[in-house]
Amino acid sequence: MRAAATLLAGALALTLSACGGDDDNDSDSSSSPSAGAQGSGSTLNLPKLDGTSLSVAAVWTGTEQANFKKVLAEFEKRTGAKVTFVPAQDPIINFLGSKVAGGQPPDVAMLPQPGAIKQAADRGWAKPLGAEAQAELAKNYSQGWQDIGKVGGKQYGVYYKAANKSLVWYNAKVFENAGASEPKTWKDLLSTAQTVSDSGVTPFSVGGADGWTLTDWFENVYLSQAGPEKYDQLAQHKIKWTDPSVKEALTTLAQVWGKKDWIAGGPTGALQVEFPASVTQTFTGGDQPKAAMVYEGDFVQVNIADTKEKVGTGAKVFPFPAVGGTAPVVSGGDAAVVLKDSKGAQALATFLASPDAATIQAKLGGYLSPNKNVDNAAYPNDVQRRIAKSLIESGDDFRFDMSDQAPQAFGGTPGKGEWKDLQDFLKNPSDVAGTQAKLEADAAKAYGS
Amino acid sequence: MASATAGARKAPAPRSRKSVTGTRRSVAALFLLPALVLLGALVVYPIGYSVVRSFYDQSGDGFAGIDNYKELFTDDGIRTALKNNIVWVVFAPTVTTALGLIFAVLTERVRWGTAFKLVVFMPMAISMLAAGIIFRLVYDQDPDKGVANAVWVGVHDTFAESSAFPKAHPGRESPLVARDGGFVTRQTVHTGGTVTLPLVGVAPDQMPDGAKKAVAPTADPGKITGTTWQDFTRGKGVGTLGAPDPAELGYAGMRIEAVKDGKVVASATAAGDGTFTLPAKADGARLRLPASNFKEPYNGLDWLGPSLVTPAIIGSYIWMWAGFAMVLIAAGLAGVPRELLEAARVDGATEWQVFRRVTVPLLAPVLAVVTVTLMINVLKIFDLVFIIAPGSSQDDANVLALELYRKGFSEDQPGVASAIAVFLLLLVIPVMWFNIRRLRREVRR
Repeated sequence: MRAAATLLAGALALTLSACGGDDDNDSDSSSSPSAGAQGSGSTLNLPKLDGTSLSVAAVWTGTEQANFKKVLAEFEKRTGAKVTFVPAQDPIINFLGSKVAGGQPPDVAMLPQPGAIKQAADRGWAKPLGAEAQAELAKNYSQGWQDIGKVGGKQYGVYYKAANKSLVWYNAKVFENAGASEPKTWKDLLSTAQTVSDSGVTPFSVGGADGWTLTDWFENVYLSQAGPEKYDQLAQHKIKWTDPSVKEALTTLAQVWGKKDWIAGGPTGALQVEFPASVTQTFTGGDQPKAAMVYEGDFVQVNIADTKEKVGTGAKVFPFPAVGGTAPVVSGGDAAVVLKDSKGAQALATFLASPDAATIQAKLGGYLSPNKNVDNAAYPNDVQRRIAKSLIESGDDFRFDMSDQAPQAFGGTPGKGEWKDLQDFLKNPSDVAGTQAKLEADAAKAYGS
Repeated sequence: MASATAGARKAPAPRSRKSVTGTRRSVAALFLLPALVLLGALVVYPIGYSVVRSFYDQSGDGFAGIDNYKELFTDDGIRTALKNNIVWVVFAPTVTTALGLIFAVLTERVRWGTAFKLVVFMPMAISMLAAGIIFRLVYDQDPDKGVANAVWVGVHDTFAESSAFPKAHPGRESPLVARDGGFVTRQTVHTGGTVTLPLVGVAPDQMPDGAKKAVAPTADPGKITGTTWQDFTRGKGVGTLGAPDPAELGYAGMRIEAVKDGKVVASATAAGDGTFTLPAKADGARLRLPASNFKEPYNGLDWLGPSLVTPAIIGSYIWMWAGFAMVLIAAGLAGVPRELLEAARVDGATEWQVFRRVTVPLLAPVLAVVTVTLMINVLKIFDLVFIIAPGSSQDDANVLALELYRKGFSEDQPGVASAIAVFLLLLVIPVMWFNIRRLRREVRR
């Protein structure tokens, strides 16, 4: 039986590598145009790697993947190495697990969560970054962004791509009709919402069918209200979810979620709206869209592109208002991690840590870099520039998405853990204590403490 | 598995000595090898490994004993899944078979029977995934998208009409307070005086057609006059608080009641410009805008909400598989001797009696096969639930196969997932055993 299994595995590997071969050609054909000119005067020193071939695994698809391949093409041009993009599936850590088990891990992988980096390091899949990559990282990244790529004091990850999840997108026409203005504080947000509601449009669209949009709401309120220290403690489950700070955050959240006329479709209706629909319903319908505002990260732009409104004119954005002293910056991101310690892989990690690589993709749009040395002017439009600026300006005060730091069973499974508990809270926002108790019970089970 | 053992037993039967290609036994083995290897690698080995894995912990390094099985019966998620699986196994196959039987019997007697059968069978040609996506849309909450709610709301609205000002509410410093879904003035009104009843929250495009620019009330001795209007100017906000601004519209058709000591003493309906007049007998009453003005439009049923999601998904399953049941039963029906039916009719049996006492008993073996086959099919239901149930009610729609997937692939709990797999296998075995036994009997007959 074992022999048969190996045989089969062999066959599978064959087909897989055949797919890899295909992709190889793709990247070849798309490599030549664009991305050529700049970077000549850079200080970045990359070794000559003629004849080396590397593979990079990431979950990106579509435009995102095509844009990233242009960055890889630039690396090929500078070093002479050949880089193959390996498309992976979510959760990528499981995908890598099967690759490692098959003895063929990619040289570099883009991991989305700090938890995944830790897993990869703990299992011995990830290799620490070399001196050059670390030097490049230290030069271009704030301490906070370096630290979340560390496991046990060793640097493993280079955060190549970031997401700013502290943004509220709004329908500019509705705001104009209502005579409303962009709020700076939570109190302003409530009065803006009231004004919008008075004008006859429901203020908020919530994609409640996807639990992660709700955890992101909570994280912003919590980070701004309870502060970064408490946020870190809660993320590591060092304080319980029954803590008074959580109660305060949920009560604050209920000021929005608890008003049934403020949520498009009411709470039960919102629970059946998936994230993409929550965006499109905010930006379709002319003077009478289903809602005026939708909260989520910079990636909302992708869904706005499906509507007739344009980012920057019909669809505008303001940073998540300050609930406590300072406005929150909750972020996400993808880190490049070296899985095969070689000169080529290290050089690629160094390249991805440089402003040269990030600038190429920043110009192409739909991308945000945590690299502080990327020229803000490289972003293609005002909205992007504004989002990037607020991310960089937050310095080390940003916090990584809490649910992404939590064990998968608590922070990342549809219909379970934090996702489910906050969905229940959206349905019944008066039950703060019950929600806390459920969150704590689920967290205790998932964190194993 | 069954076929493999059967094949292995038959193969070495004829005993003879050598032939050109060597012994018969080895030739047989040679021919059986590919099938055995495939079956072994794809069926026996995974089953065996799952059983072994179910006794190990999450990482696969430590022996966990029966911990995973304990989890199986204590975890809330798995318990819901088990409960839903029971609902599925009880209802889905029986309803599908019943519908299939009805279709099969009826199509025998209509002229366009074949065409009808074709239509009913058509969903079988659609993959579970596509069917799931179709029904996700059918059950959409929004009546403009979901067919199910469009029909439901259509029926509902022919009997109960919705009102014109569903989201209207008092603005800042309003003279009105909310009560019983409507709004009541804080102060009483007096003859010869004027009243203003400003509200906000109705967009100009949603105003009734007759709405005109609001006019401030003019006092009329011997009567009570007032205006009710949308105290919000598009693009400007409230403007003058409590008095109509030039562009503000009257609430045409708003009902106003004068209430004294809990009794309605007079009532009026606002004109296009929002003005209304009440007779002198309303003196000293409070004015009420009754709840009927603000009734929310009916939004239909919450098909994919926690309570209806499982029946809704079972409905989509029936839509797919009723055709399958119908075709098998129709084939069985074709084998039923006509003379028996004729004889019953000659003896004076009604059509219902013929169906009940003759057709169904004769079809019993086929019905049993169809039901049992569907039961096996239903036990492993996964795709429809996975696709149709939105994230917020996936927990309520959970079934074992889905829980297996969630535990194994998104929660990284392969031990528990293997335990679920073994448990599912145990559930299927009696049904399979029943089917095989029936098949054997059939062959002997």
